Formats: sequence, structure tokens, C-alpha cells
Amino acid sequence: MSNQRFFSDSSAARVTRTEELAYELSIAQVMTRDPLTLSVDMTMRDALDLIGKSKISGAPVARDGELIGVLSTDDLIRSLRDGRIDRKVTEYMTHEVFTVRETDQVVEALKMFAKTKVGRLPVVDAENKLIGILTKGDISNGVLNALQRDLEAEELIRYRASHLFEDIVSDRTSLILRYTIKKDDFLHGGAASNRIKKALLRLGASSQVARKCGIAVYEAEMNLIIHTNHGGYLRVEVEQNRIVMEAYDDGPGIPDINKARTPGFSTASADVRNKGFGAGMGLVNINNCVDEMVIKSSVENGTNLHMTISLDKASL
Amino acid sequence: MNLQTIIEKLNLTLLTEERDFSSIQIESGYQSDLLSCVMTGAQPQSIWITLIANINIVAVASLLEISAIIITENAQPNQETISRANMEEIVLLSTSASNFQVAGQLWDLGIKDH
Repeated sequence: MSNQRFFSDSSAARVTRTEELAYELSIAQVMTRDPLTLSVDMTMRDALDLIGKSKISGAPVARDGELIGVLSTDDLIRSLRDGRIDRKVTEYMTHEVFTVRETDQVVEALKMFAKTKVGRLPVVDAENKLIGILTKGDISNGVLNALQRDLEAEELIRYRASHLFEDIVSDRTSLILRYTIKKDDFLHGGAASNRIKKALLRLGASSQVARKCGIAVYEAEMNLIIHTNHGGYLRVEVEQNRIVMEAYDDGPGIPDINKARTPGFSTASADVRNKGFGAGMGLVNINNCVDEMVIKSSVENGTNLHMTISLDKASL
Repeated sequence: MNLQTIIEKLNLTLLTEERDFSSIQIESGYQSDLLSCVMTGAQPQSIWITLIANINIVAVASLLEISAIIITENAQPNQETISRANMEEIVLLSTSASNFQVAGQLWDLGIKDH
């Protein structure tokens, strides 16, 4: 029962972050400070009054700030049953107490809860001074607060990014993203275009615009991987009213650009075709996604592919 | 149609991590073994049928927000491809059936949008 998870599979990504937080958060960050504490000279009747008023199910017992035991409602019931409610709390409390240190990570407390089945763990410093108390509820609250902070931080980043062009005033503001693409690096093929797409979404581009840019840059990226001598560069310049994407390489150049733009024409090798490339649709796809496509190519200087998507004023 | 139903009806083998597939809705499908065609043709939240099993299918699916890929004729992706798919939350499924058979089965299940 205690190991049961109350998370659906669709929030599995969150569970992973929750688990991460168990390692990131320290016990000091989630515990309750200055908990209700019983002193050694109190009677069980005093304890009953205090605990009953506070609606809690147990409390630590301390002498001069030092933790010496824990009194639970079970202990109170035992003293009532024995008719010895005027005895000192020290007679009925548990002396052997499981504790955690404030500097420990939350995961240590979770292990302790699983191992001992106790409901609360006193938190002590290096001198065994009581500084707080920790329940599973404290951990849940601490983790939820941390998740909330994560979310707010991400929203802030998104907000800042999407207001970049309003916040920074110049005659012409633009953001330039550059990526180096290696020849034959099929393993990372699509990584740059995925990053560009995510950056555009953060900047506030519509999903339609981000998708079109992603597809156009992907085709350009794969062209650099498949068809160049030494790979090349991708450069994306984002402005408020347009996105300019460029791919550069230093060869071998395209001998007949019109032929290269023909649907179905490809110079890809059999090996590359087996990987799913070489449909001869790359430039055709790009042309369908962008408002303007210009190819300049020569055997001496290599190829420069220039793609522009114009945006409505509201788009970025 | 949810992905759980598709996996059961087509008897597909799961290659990536277990998830709550009943919450993943598949509205449309696409079949091609040419990545550039998929780029133009496949819709977001769709299922893609292909014989290609290399890592590039994950990049394409991620870019297009394709939910799941059915890899046909028992073609086996390597571990790196599977790990990348897990990272990008793309579901990889395997079958011995052909592209043609799988497309037919999905059509019979009522997935007719593309």
C-alpha cells in the first residue's frame, strides 16, 4: 500500500521529475520547523492536552533542545489503559528514535519511512539538537511546491522569450541561431532542426510556422549530411516579421539546379536510399514550406540555400 | 481510436517503454519508406507505417509530432534508436506483417484520415 503510486502513466514524465526532486531537495527544505515539542518534565496528561489541541498524532520529546524520544498516540492510549496518566512522558515515550539529518536528501527520509513504518521522523543537526519534524505529507508538499517553482520558471522563460522583440528596442532586432552539421552524421540528423523548431515555439511562433520551418530546415540539414564534401552550417535569423533560414557548404556544388528541383530527381547512393533518404523531394518540400527559396551553387564555392518565411505582424 | 486498441487488434510488439497507451489518440495514419514524403504527408498525432528501422525515423517523427511508428516485416531498430525514441516519447511498435497488410488493418479499424 505504501508503495502504491497515485500517478497515471500519462504523468510519467512528471514522476521522473518527482523522483529527481527526491534526490535534489534536502530535508531542511521540506520539513516543518519548530514543531510542537514535549519537555521531559511533562506528564502524560500535559501531553494529551497539547497533542489533542494540535490535532497531531505524536510529538518529539526534548531536553534542553536535545532529542531524547518520541511520544505517539499509542503511548497515550497505553497510559490511559494503565490508569497512569499522571506519569512522566519519559516513562511511556519511545527512546530508540529513528531520525534524519537536515542536510540529508529527501530520498534518505523516503527510505527510512519505507524501512521503519513510522509516521514521522524527527530532524536533528550534527549535535542531535531537534530542529524539525518530517512527515510524508511534508515531503508531498515540498515536492509539489518545487514542481510549481519549475513550472513558473519555465513560464517565465517562455514569457521572456516570447516578448524578446517587444522588450528589446532597436531599428532592427534579430536573433541568430547557428548550427554546424557534419558530413555523414546520420546519427544526429534532424537534431538541429528539432532544436530550431523548439526555439521558435519558445519565441512565440505558431505551431504551423514552427512546423514549416522545422521541415524546411530538416531537408536542408539532411542535404548537408548526405550531399556535401565536408558538411556545412545552418543559420536561422529570426525577426519579428520574418524568419530567414540558410544552409551553407563548400562543395561539391549542384551542376544543374533546375534538375535538382525536379520532384523525384536524386543523386543519393543506394546506401543512403536504404536509410529512407533520396526521395528526390527535399527541395520540393522546402519550396512548399517557405515563401521564398533561392539556391546559389557553383563548383568553386559550394552551395548556399536561402529560405524565407514571412510572418504576420502578430506571429512573433 | 486509442493506441492501446491498435496494439491489441494488430498484435503489435512494443519496442519502447510501457506507457498509458489508452490515453494516446490516433486520428490518422501515413505509410511511406521515404522520409521526405513523410515530411510532407504525415499529420501530427498520427501513426506511421514503415519498413525503415534506423534512427532517422525518430528525428522525423519528433519533428512532425507523430505519436507512434509501426516498423513492419520484423525490421529491428538498434538500441540507440529505441533509447532516442524513449527520450522523444515516440512509441515504436514491431510486426511481421507488411506495410500493405498493416495499412489495411488500420483502415478496417476505421483510421481512414491521412
